[in-house]
Amino acid sequence: MTSEPAHMNPARSFQGLILTLQRYWAEQGCVILQPYDMEVGAGTSHPATALRAIGPKPWRAAYVQPSRRPKDGRYGENPNRLQHYYQFQVILKPNPPNLQELYIKSLEAIGIDTGVHDIRFVEDDWENPTLGAWGLGWECWCDGMEVSQFTYFQQVAGIECAPVAGELTYGLERLAMYLQGVESIYDLNFNGLEGDKKVTYREVFLQAEQEYSRHNFEHSDTEMLFRLFRDAEAASKKYLEAGDAGDRHLMVLPAYDQALKAGHVFNLLDARGVISVTERQSYILRVRELVKAVGAAWLKTEGGGVAA
Amino acid sequence: MPDLLLELFSEEIPARMQRRAAEDLKKLVTDALVERGFVYEGAKAFSTPRRLALNIVGLPVKGQDVREERKGPRVGAPEAALQGFLKSAGLSSIDEAKIESDPKKGEFYVALIEKPGLPTQEVLAEILPQIIKTFPWPKSMRWGAASKEPGSLRWVRPLHSIVCTFGPETEDPDVVRFEVDGIVSSDVTYGHRFMAPDAIRVKRFDDYVTSLERAKVVLDADRRKDIILHDARDLAFAQGLQLVEDEGLLEEVAGLVEWPVVLMGSFDESFLEIPPEVIRTTIRANQKCFVLFDPRTDKLANKFVLTSNLVAKDGGKTIVAGNERVVHARLSDAKFFWQTDQKTKLEDRLEKLKQIVFHEKLGTQFERVERIAALAKELAPIVGAEPALAERAARLAKADLVTEMVGEFPELQGLMGRYYAALEGENPSVALALEEHYKPLGPSDRVPTDPVSVAVALADKIDTLVGFWAIDEKPTGSKDPYALRRAALGVIRLVLENNLRIGLFREIWKHARPFVSLLSRQPLHVTGEIGPDSIDEFIEFARDLKGDLESREGAKTIVMLANCFSNPGNLSSFFADRLKVYLRDQGARHDLIDAVFSLEGQDDLLMIVRRVEALGGFLETEDGKNLLAGYRRAANILRIEEKKDGKAYDGAPSRDLIHAHGETEEKVLFEVLETASRHAREHVNREDFAGAMKALAELRPAVDAFFDKVTVNAEDSALRENRLTLLNAIREATLTVADFSKIEG
Repeated sequence: MTSEPAHMNPARSFQGLILTLQRYWAEQGCVILQPYDMEVGAGTSHPATALRAIGPKPWRAAYVQPSRRPKDGRYGENPNRLQHYYQFQVILKPNPPNLQELYIKSLEAIGIDTGVHDIRFVEDDWENPTLGAWGLGWECWCDGMEVSQFTYFQQVAGIECAPVAGELTYGLERLAMYLQGVESIYDLNFNGLEGDKKVTYREVFLQAEQEYSRHNFEHSDTEMLFRLFRDAEAASKKYLEAGDAGDRHLMVLPAYDQALKAGHVFNLLDARGVISVTERQSYILRVRELVKAVGAAWLKTEGGGVAA
Repeated sequence: MPDLLLELFSEEIPARMQRRAAEDLKKLVTDALVERGFVYEGAKAFSTPRRLALNIVGLPVKGQDVREERKGPRVGAPEAALQGFLKSAGLSSIDEAKIESDPKKGEFYVALIEKPGLPTQEVLAEILPQIIKTFPWPKSMRWGAASKEPGSLRWVRPLHSIVCTFGPETEDPDVVRFEVDGIVSSDVTYGHRFMAPDAIRVKRFDDYVTSLERAKVVLDADRRKDIILHDARDLAFAQGLQLVEDEGLLEEVAGLVEWPVVLMGSFDESFLEIPPEVIRTTIRANQKCFVLFDPRTDKLANKFVLTSNLVAKDGGKTIVAGNERVVHARLSDAKFFWQTDQKTKLEDRLEKLKQIVFHEKLGTQFERVERIAALAKELAPIVGAEPALAERAARLAKADLVTEMVGEFPELQGLMGRYYAALEGENPSVALALEEHYKPLGPSDRVPTDPVSVAVALADKIDTLVGFWAIDEKPTGSKDPYALRRAALGVIRLVLENNLRIGLFREIWKHARPFVSLLSRQPLHVTGEIGPDSIDEFIEFARDLKGDLESREGAKTIVMLANCFSNPGNLSSFFADRLKVYLRDQGARHDLIDAVFSLEGQDDLLMIVRRVEALGGFLETEDGKNLLAGYRRAANILRIEEKKDGKAYDGAPSRDLIHAHGETEEKVLFEVLETASRHAREHVNREDFAGAMKALAELRPAVDAFFDKVTVNAEDSALRENRLTLLNAIREATLTVADFSKIEG
């Protein structure tokens, strides 16, 4: 790290943090992917995790995933909450026996000295009802702050994981705030430069937070969204049917995209408060059914373990 | 005698599971040993976030030899039978078997099997893998490459290594070798994750504990708790503050560290404007930190105590600073919720309760609030509350569920309602009731005394009980997911500890009515009151409906509801059972409770209890004991004669007959029975149960004299019959105070 220029230091630069993590996990044999080009609520939804976690084939990947949580928008007024933020996602399948050590070393790589920081693994069982997924693991604490989620996937898309994948999710903004010592996300130094060359998180994202909050809470076209939900749901089923070739499946990923679309549309509707409590459950169930069907189909593809 | 040391070293075990897991480990291993005939001197189990450990001392080197005689076939049995016997008994020839004879079976073979005891190590190597593979974790998982195959080892988090040694104190112990899913037992463990991660060789428990201490691991959770508690108290004391102690938090924190290092941090004083309970809950729930009390200001201090797992190179400065940042962010959130919530009045939140489902069959919180408000208003005069205030409090009671603060910290429900109501200028009793209506939460929780609180608390609990009864969700065995036993105990304590006179079951029946319309989703057209006298009519009505409206959902629901209340296991006997448990805890005799409960029309808990008390006191006296003896004699004779004659002698005795032909003692008894019963009834009507019992005691000399001098089974059948009805009159007289037949001893 000493050869890095100062503006790449993860303690000073948001992008420096991302690049350091990418490099570290690349060294552990991960393929470094780019964000998935769909709106998702978490890095787990990226097919590189959600689908690759299913089936017998080994897999190691790391990537940044922009995560959309329409309900969490605060019009740019809350220093800790955003409706769009970044997750750094790592998946290792099967999990190596020393995954905890690898994780701790990644913290050291971004400048967290375990001789002065108190790192703890605190029980946190993870569940994602729309993905039909659950696992056991921890919130990883650094001096009382949650900096990552650490999960051993047990089930994804309703299918038992065999072998189990280990998943690490770093909340990048929160981690960067800690490293940079700032109290507001918007004060994060994005590019690590100073003076008039410095670009802050505010400059990059504040306007988006304000606009999307207005959209998510006040103006999103609910009629269109309800229609989109139905269309995406129907399309997902249609593609799965069309791709079904008996022992093989030929069109899983497009069907999965539509399931993701339905999931995001549901989140938007939920943010607008137009889904009642009882309906809510049934929407979640509908998305889960799509994801489950996709998961079952995935097992009939090469990625899911079928010989080429 | 040799000792066993076992350690299961894993990734971080959830704090809440550690203690139980250690105890389970101890029980499973010692049970398995005892089952195989091993005795031991002592066993102790330990846990840290990363290990379960077990030390069993005083085990024998090998198991006991076993001699067993096995019966075989008779002499001269077919060859196949003989061969089978030889094989099963492990004999090589039939000559090795003894021949015994039996008068019934004749001569038969007996094999003497001698099994020498197995070496303990071998037994352990067989037992332990099985216990590890089937360990009862509340939640367990698979991991790693092995999880590709079905049936791979499950543990709470990945299991990394196993120490297992066995041997006497004076020599180097052996490693008990076994393998579980690729993990081979050894004598190697590891120290603190950051401060001493290297491998450590251990021999037996003593050096294991000291090696761990050197490697910054305190094995014993209770010792970790002691360290945290004392260091925290000392830190507080040094600042002139007091630690707000919290056993649950202490237990949890001790399960999050192997080497506790207690530090103190502070937060901005301006956060002290937030209610102290909120500060404490925020810091506790999110940060697992203790708060501190400042006796000089009589308020919380702007300080907190955290427990880290590290002797940091900088003395903990960085750790404290990091924790302070998080506490600051959390308290900022709390302050934001506190301020935001104040912008919307509780009353204006009621509409939102329509969105919250209380239970899918029992409707929304809004509907529930409507029912509770109506009931609280009705109960108000009975408990001495202003009906309008009780109704108001009930209406606002659940409004804080939709505040930001309670959304974030559900455990603050009620309390936040009280704070916000007070700020909004609600009547103080109303504000108090918003918090207190959830009480009492258990046998040791405080019972509210403010009449408004009492009215709403009763209404809340009665609504819960009747509702879940109506949908047939009663507690069964140890399962009570809706805490209905707690609710019933709550009602009992509210009534008794406030000395309330209330026709409880009448109120309960009445409250069945809104549920009938809710569950049938149609208005119930029953005219008149459904009171205790008419519950039978209600049930009849339901049965009638069933005939007419078989196909209609509503009718079915009504029938179900009626059945719920009328069948065995109904709500009033549930209450009776809860009351028994309560009174038993207070030292009352359960048979006396039965004796009072089996009287007709017992609807007033307070009077039931008074009667039980009076009965207990009465039976302690000479008069009481003798009257009970007299009652029993009468009841026994009656039982025998009634059975013999196949008829009941429940008519009134004839005065004329007695005066014409009866003996003196008979005449006296007849007269005394009449006056004593009358007096007893008068006292009961005045609710003077001790007086009633005393009045009954007037019977005693007459009963004694009657049994002394008069032959019940007279030859004259008319006289005999009349004397039997006289005995029955004794039985009847005692029923004015209790059912003496239920009294034991």
